[in-house]
Amino acid sequence: MPTIVVDVMPKAELLDPQGKAVSGALGRLGVDSFSGVRIGKRFELTVDGPVDEAVLAEAQQIAADILSNSVIEDVVGIEVVE
Amino acid sequence: MTTRIGVITFPGSLDDRDAQRAIRIAGAEPVALWHGSHDLEGVDALVLPGGFSYGDYLRSGAIAALSPIMSEVKDAAASGMPVLGICNGFQMLVEAHLLPGGLIRNAHQQFIRRDQKLVVENADTAWTSGFDKGAEIVIPLKNGEGGYIAGADTLERLEGEGLVAFRYAGVNPNGSMNDIAGITNERGNVVGLMPHPEHATEPGFGPGTAAAMRSGVDGLTFFESAIAAVTRVAA
Repeated sequence: MPTIVVDVMPKAELLDPQGKAVSGALGRLGVDSFSGVRIGKRFELTVDGPVDEAVLAEAQQIAADILSNSVIEDVVGIEVVE
Repeated sequence: MTTRIGVITFPGSLDDRDAQRAIRIAGAEPVALWHGSHDLEGVDALVLPGGFSYGDYLRSGAIAALSPIMSEVKDAAASGMPVLGICNGFQMLVEAHLLPGGLIRNAHQQFIRRDQKLVVENADTAWTSGFDKGAEIVIPLKNGEGGYIAGADTLERLEGEGLVAFRYAGVNPNGSMNDIAGITNERGNVVGLMPHPEHATEPGFGPGTAAAMRSGVDGLTFFESAIAAVTRVAA
């Protein structure tokens, strides 16, 4: 069944407290290969039937209007996976 | 005629009953409204209460902002009806685009509960007219996602047009930009803030003051201001 995957990330210029907390934990564990962690959201939209342009357009619409808040987040990817 | 102020209950609202009580203490009649309805029951003003509607899933206030009753709330706000969003209600108002900006997890990542000092920056709104501009008040604050943020243009506009209604004083508890605790729309009828005026309306149950423990009732002025605003319109 086709799935549309929507990825949403907090805006790059904004503090991401969740990422900062994980980053701090990594530091305390002695993991020093990663200078930062940012946490976003992945939405999987299941489609019963083919993903045509109309369905994709609707996915883009809800990604922009509902799944993300453009004040604090960016939609960084919309991808169809089988 | 008694002013009727509606309090909308959403799934996960916590402070709806406290808001109703505050409205009653201020001298108005509280009207319980339901998120799934399209009926505002002819109220004169609206309160969107605090809580964790829909478990704060997606984003705080985001799913509540899509509730059936929100279309009527938007119409009422556009018509000039006083609308107050407290905490989760403030988050709903920004998600519904009735107020600009957004609210994110507190910068220190902790839930916080404290008696918070605020400065009233705008005393010309429907919910703040009973205050003097620059007045310092203390009401409870309790949230995990209270960090106010907005783009540079929006911040400049809020500051330039005097749309910051309340600013944190003494300490910025959550990393809010420009110490913003609450804002208003241009018309002054829609106000949202993170701290809780409804928890500071009755002696014995409010924040502590220099005079006595739990004697703070600074929140009462919010509701009295709205009653006055509705009465002015009716007169």
